[in-house]
Amino acid sequence: MTTLIEAEHLTRYYGKHCAVNDVSFTLAKGEVLGFLGANGAGKTTTMQMLCGNLAPSAGQITINGFDLLDQPKAAKRNLGYLPDTPPLYKELSVQEFLLYCAKLHGVAKNSVTDAINRTKERCGLTEVAERLIVNLSKGFQQRVGIAQAILHNPEVIVLDEPTVGLDPIQIREIRTLIRELGQDHGVILSTHILTEVQESCSHVQIIHQGQLILNETIAGLNRQMDTGTLQITTRLAPDINSLLTLPGISSIETISENRIKIHHSVTANPAEQIAEHIITAGWGLQELTPIKRSMEDIFISLTQEHREL
Amino acid sequence: MSLILTIASREFRTLFLSPMAWTILAILQFILAFLFLTQVEAFTTLQPKLASIEGAPGLTDIIVPPLFGNAAIILLLVTPLLTMRLICEERRNKTLSLLLSAPVSTIDIILGKYVGILGLMLLIIALTTLMPLSLLGGGELDLGKLFANILALLLLVTAFTAIGLFMSCIAGHPTVAAMATFGVLLLLWILDWTSGLTDQRSELFEYLSILRHFQNIQSGLISSIDVSYFLLFITIFIALSIRSLDNERLQK
Repeated sequence: MTTLIEAEHLTRYYGKHCAVNDVSFTLAKGEVLGFLGANGAGKTTTMQMLCGNLAPSAGQITINGFDLLDQPKAAKRNLGYLPDTPPLYKELSVQEFLLYCAKLHGVAKNSVTDAINRTKERCGLTEVAERLIVNLSKGFQQRVGIAQAILHNPEVIVLDEPTVGLDPIQIREIRTLIRELGQDHGVILSTHILTEVQESCSHVQIIHQGQLILNETIAGLNRQMDTGTLQITTRLAPDINSLLTLPGISSIETISENRIKIHHSVTANPAEQIAEHIITAGWGLQELTPIKRSMEDIFISLTQEHREL
Repeated sequence: MSLILTIASREFRTLFLSPMAWTILAILQFILAFLFLTQVEAFTTLQPKLASIEGAPGLTDIIVPPLFGNAAIILLLVTPLLTMRLICEERRNKTLSLLLSAPVSTIDIILGKYVGILGLMLLIIALTTLMPLSLLGGGELDLGKLFANILALLLLVTAFTAIGLFMSCIAGHPTVAAMATFGVLLLLWILDWTSGLTDQRSELFEYLSILRHFQNIQSGLISSIDVSYFLLFITIFIALSIRSLDNERLQK
């Protein structure tokens, strides 16, 4: 695996306020990294630093082997960036705008047309190519923004909240596109929509008050999320004390008379024993559902934990 | 180099996509044509008297310097309006990040912007020059003097534009950029007026005055002092613009 981005000890101050504090991470080819964080957590600042729009107060960024400070042109040639507000010249048509971007990114003359056509198709812009950007809906403008970022086929694609303002169908299309792009590029996307990370990313990072508090693969995160909870509904009220004697159960929470929540350890899944126990006791098992900890829960618990520290 | 041209050509074409460039060209042309015709009228009334004087000013002397002088004053008012949006608007529309994250150096961006807007300025000067050239149909012109006037206006306008570009880099709002540019230009224009009022002439002020250098070249005396004044002026403000855009990444 080739490392595309290496960010080391990134720190950025705005005056005295520290927006990003000692953030380090890497991105390899074939990875889609989700950057999660509440508003003002430092997501956009980090991305702006990665793309050379903002100089870090301390730290180093290497893109595809080129230092962003020492060889900015070479580093930026490997970079496609969609800022939080898509940078569009609204008085140009989509075709003109993409042509300008292609020239700006130094796409070879003989492959410009190909690159533009391919990108238009990928982002669903073929129909609106001749229209002025100012007349397009917000969703289409966002797509033009994405098109601009992937036009020159960069190794690293940085997308700052790419699905903002899109309708559900477009969101799905864009997520598919991101997964596709992730196969042979390195993609970083920031968002505060948690399902988006679950759906399209292979890695996730949570940033909170400028600090990186989680850096995990999605699979690892899913394992964390499994920390089991079972929801059980019975016809008759179950005897909680007898259930607690079963191995692997850590605690039981009563929701209503006939409904309980059982928390158990990750290693042992006591669902089978619980079912057997309830049936032999004759309480009339009606429902036994495993509850996954959602991304929201993890996000909230992580950020709150940090607040308490 | 090709990057500079790419940025410049977009800048130039965008000017013509809005009514801005067309309006300015039309109004300028109308006013200058009026002034030109007034000068031609003045010449025809004066002609019989001039014929009797030995070494009297010719057609070129009576028509060209006033026309270009007036064009300079009008451009002093118009240039801030044209340059105010160069960087400022990009920053406000967040399109600057497109340039900053592209493999383009700050020098390319500034020079591209500068060359783009100079395209429009050249067009204005060309259209102004066409007026005296039309007299060739019925008379003779001192082409050397005409060339000196074109050169003077060209140097003047490139200097104006350089200040405008710099102001657009540092101002947060286009209107502020325009006001600041206009203020500086006007100050430089009137700087040597004080020398006429008192006995104490300030050589520094006289040297700094942009009007004096402009008029020197306009009179047909193309000296390296005046030309280098303009070149120095342009270089300083272009360099300052590049510095200022470089700092964009550091500030906040």
